[in-house]
Amino acid sequence: MIHQNKIKIFFKYFFSILFALLFIFPLLVLINTSIKPFANVSLSTMWVWEKHPTFVNYGEAARKLLPNLLNSFKLVIPVCFFSILIGSINGYFFSKFKFKGSNILFALIIFGMFIPYQSILIPLVQTLNRTKLYGKMIGLILTHTIYGLPISTLMFRNYYAEIPDELVEAGMLDSLDIWGVYRKLIIPISIPTVVVVLIWQFTSVWNDFLFAVVITQDPLVQPITVALQNLSGSQIVAWNTVMAGALLASLPTLFVYIVFGEYFVQGLLAGSVKG
Amino acid sequence: MYCPKKEIQKGLAVVIPFAILLFIFVYGFIGWSFKVSLSAWDGVIPNMKKVGFSNYVELFHSRRFNMDLWNTLFFTVLFMMICVVGGFILAYLLYSGLKAEGLFRTIYMYPLSISFIVSGVIWKWILTPSEGINKLFQMMGFNATFGWYTSTGHIGHYNVALISLVIAASWQYLGYTMAMFLAGLRGIPTQIVESAMIDGAGEFRIIRNVLLPQLKPITFSALIVLGHISLKIFDLVYAMTGAGPKFVTDFPGLYMFETTFRGNHYAEGAAISIIMLLLVALVVVPYLVSTFRKED
Repeated sequence: MIHQNKIKIFFKYFFSILFALLFIFPLLVLINTSIKPFANVSLSTMWVWEKHPTFVNYGEAARKLLPNLLNSFKLVIPVCFFSILIGSINGYFFSKFKFKGSNILFALIIFGMFIPYQSILIPLVQTLNRTKLYGKMIGLILTHTIYGLPISTLMFRNYYAEIPDELVEAGMLDSLDIWGVYRKLIIPISIPTVVVVLIWQFTSVWNDFLFAVVITQDPLVQPITVALQNLSGSQIVAWNTVMAGALLASLPTLFVYIVFGEYFVQGLLAGSVKG
Repeated sequence: MYCPKKEIQKGLAVVIPFAILLFIFVYGFIGWSFKVSLSAWDGVIPNMKKVGFSNYVELFHSRRFNMDLWNTLFFTVLFMMICVVGGFILAYLLYSGLKAEGLFRTIYMYPLSISFIVSGVIWKWILTPSEGINKLFQMMGFNATFGWYTSTGHIGHYNVALISLVIAASWQYLGYTMAMFLAGLRGIPTQIVESAMIDGAGEFRIIRNVLLPQLKPITFSALIVLGHISLKIFDLVYAMTGAGPKFVTDFPGLYMFETTFRGNHYAEGAAISIIMLLLVALVVVPYLVSTFRKED
């Protein structure tokens, strides 16, 4: 668009590629370390590309982390389901129906996604203790579902705000009530945002550490982030195993990102309120 | 949109229970934390005896907490600067029409999809002073002995070790500001750019006089998001450095977690968390107010 001469174009590619290499570099270190045989992992060979790659470390990492990977799936799937269901109901209501104080109410809901979770942790732990949910997967599911409501409500609301009011009004004239319109007219056109929220919640709940480390103590319940941190913190586990584990822990979200990149970016931009 | 009152009531009947649940878990719990922060609870057994603001006074007199606030300040400023400047450069490179744009975008943004724990683990390994990137520089013939996150050096109140965390966090979040700026650049009407070109403006003048002014609102949003991330930072620090020697890489989020859930100093932890909340609110509330005012 802007007129460019050859030197400028050369520099643009030069810098783009340079930056790309800087971004990939940590991933290469990760992979290179994870395929080193145990004998070669002495730190001094870290910068030497491995000529005899082995996948032993992946077996070892999988043996240690597989139950926790499964825990993460058990956590993420129900949280995504409830976030989408409740977020869509709330988002529909706040996008189309205004009443006195509805904007203030909505702003108060949205503020919930910015708070440092440290400021609710002590009461949260006490509450989960009293309701016998502390330390259990269901407690963690409940926590993530509740604190994920602001962002999922926001994403659905921004999407539904684009839908013409006439659609809802026509449905109501057609003798549907507010939730009839939602079921018959709104749900069928919600798929794009369902995907955005699904990917967003999948990634952020999968990657969460704070709630997981505070709520789950039992290694059999802990999701992957906590297990990986414990693995890397223990002095006896070799670095190549930790690196293999780090890659295993990242594969699901990397996969989602690479396959659904567009939706991932949409979710990212929606997180800045204006959407 | 017009809607009969009866229908709104039907709507509220469904939405209000969720709102109440959320309000209990957000505002109710914040109030509860505040109450704990005013108590003498210091140990496993709750002790809600009121002691006023003495926990706060103690915090502001403690070396560790003062260090945390300085670290937060420097980390936030550096992190924001790198993400905004770097993010704009990357966005502009893509905007100005590269082949394989999608590939570059995917590469710049992939760190966003992995957890802070994983990036902490990787960067801890890369920046290990004895053998990490220093070794790479030594192999290239440089005399690299930088202590990275173990360095206790400081310039004024700035701890040198923080740079390691800034590098890791920026590596992870540069793609975010890039995506924001790219969306912003793509939203600028091409006529504006074209008419500036017809007026004979060069590339740098177009950037400075045409593109940057249009990106102001987006920069503002990006700063809010980056700011609240850095005020809350915990996972990355926990996985990568911990509090560090002499707390050179300590942050309020980490202090709160350790003192509360490892040390059982509940009142102290609650006070830290309330200060964190106030800092975040200072940044976010004006932003939310201005956003929702505009919508009315």
